[in-house]
Amino acid sequence: MAGEGEKKPVLEMVQADGADEGCVTFVLHDEDHTLGNSLRYLIMKNGDVDFCGYTITHPSESKINFRIQTRGGVAATEPLRRGLNELSDVCQHVLNTFQVSLRVRSEQSPPVSCREEPAINGLILICG
Amino acid sequence: MAAITKNVEEIRNRVILGEFGVKNVHTTDYPGNYPGYDDTWDLEKFQKNFRIDVVNLDESSMEFDMVGIDAAIANAFRRILLAEVPTMAIEKVFIYNNTSIVQDEVLAHRLGLIPIKADPRLFEYRNTGDETVEEEGSEIDTIQLQLKIKCSRNPRASKDSSDPRELYLNHMVYSKDIKWVPIGNQADVFVDSGIGPVHDDILVAQLRPGQELDITMHCVKGIGKDHAKFSPVATASYRLLPEITLLEPVEGEMAERLKRCFSRGVIELEDVNGKSELTNLTRHLKNIIIIFTVESTGILPPDVLVTEAVKVLMTKCQRFLGELDSSEME
Repeated sequence: MAGEGEKKPVLEMVQADGADEGCVTFVLHDEDHTLGNSLRYLIMKNGDVDFCGYTITHPSESKINFRIQTRGGVAATEPLRRGLNELSDVCQHVLNTFQVSLRVRSEQSPPVSCREEPAINGLILICG
Repeated sequence: MAAITKNVEEIRNRVILGEFGVKNVHTTDYPGNYPGYDDTWDLEKFQKNFRIDVVNLDESSMEFDMVGIDAAIANAFRRILLAEVPTMAIEKVFIYNNTSIVQDEVLAHRLGLIPIKADPRLFEYRNTGDETVEEEGSEIDTIQLQLKIKCSRNPRASKDSSDPRELYLNHMVYSKDIKWVPIGNQADVFVDSGIGPVHDDILVAQLRPGQELDITMHCVKGIGKDHAKFSPVATASYRLLPEITLLEPVEGEMAERLKRCFSRGVIELEDVNGKSELTNLTRHLKNIIIIFTVESTGILPPDVLVTEAVKVLMTKCQRFLGELDSSEME
């Protein structure tokens, strides 16, 4: 299911003959580790997913092969869709939290700038 | 049993810096890996544990902590900050006259790397391929800049001076000599901010009397993936929060030496009587506290850059969701 005419494909699905709907390799065009790794992390956190991984087929082509295998007869597009939605929600939440913390900081005066770093536990003795 | 729990906690939450290698690097908390732990993704749990603390913020750099997010997503933000947040930079250089000793292509390369202070959110990408070289590009996707400078001898210099600053006028071409030429309605839109290079003191070329530069430049919108000149950050990086545990007491001269290994103020020494031996130091990194540092080149303030980066990741997800939806309906 590639695009027809001059439309460049953005997302393709490749399925082996005879396999069920649960094992699909998606080809995502114009993507790299940026989306691949973060999406893989979220899809692996899904309980239905048996296997999830991605590869960059060749570094000079900007596309990734993203494979999802599910258990329990779930169609593979379902975890992909859910992972994309979850990533979108994470981004939204990060954005909101960031705006809030910036606003809090701008209301503080003078701005408090502190963090314990690094944390050191233990005893140090010096003989007088 | 307690030892096993402690070990598991350590594997799940800490990266260990050993003497010859780094251990526990990969995230392992996926559902099914650890009995007794429910690692399925839960947005509410994430929202409850997630926190951002801005440590430092000024107009060119910021440092903030993200607590409760995995390195995969933090790395995605870092990669987007470096390569996928769009900016404006000089792309086409029309050289009408260049009699300096800097070659045309070298000069064009140097001009491309100069950061241009223009808010890229107010511009569109230029459609390539449709236009001929003659087409100037419209006001919505192009900024036009001009560099016109001629070096001449200083008539007021003294006879025996050898300092080029005194002998010649305009012998150093700085980025402040690049002037903005508004096209279309840009003069009204950008009347208060003005458009030009971020820094005035970037040396572009050197001239001697009789040499001149007459150059027109077009800036377009692009991303760092295409060319590094479009990258809006000097650098963006992150690290994990270090946690250092001293396993045994240290004293005497060893304690002094240990104190000197760290920056001032990190370790304080106390005066106690006792005996001890050499210490064993373990260094851990807390897996879920990520210290992000963003240094901007000045085009956009760093907090705006982070916001834009998060929006870019959201746009990517939406794009694929749209594709999935449209392909399902076929």
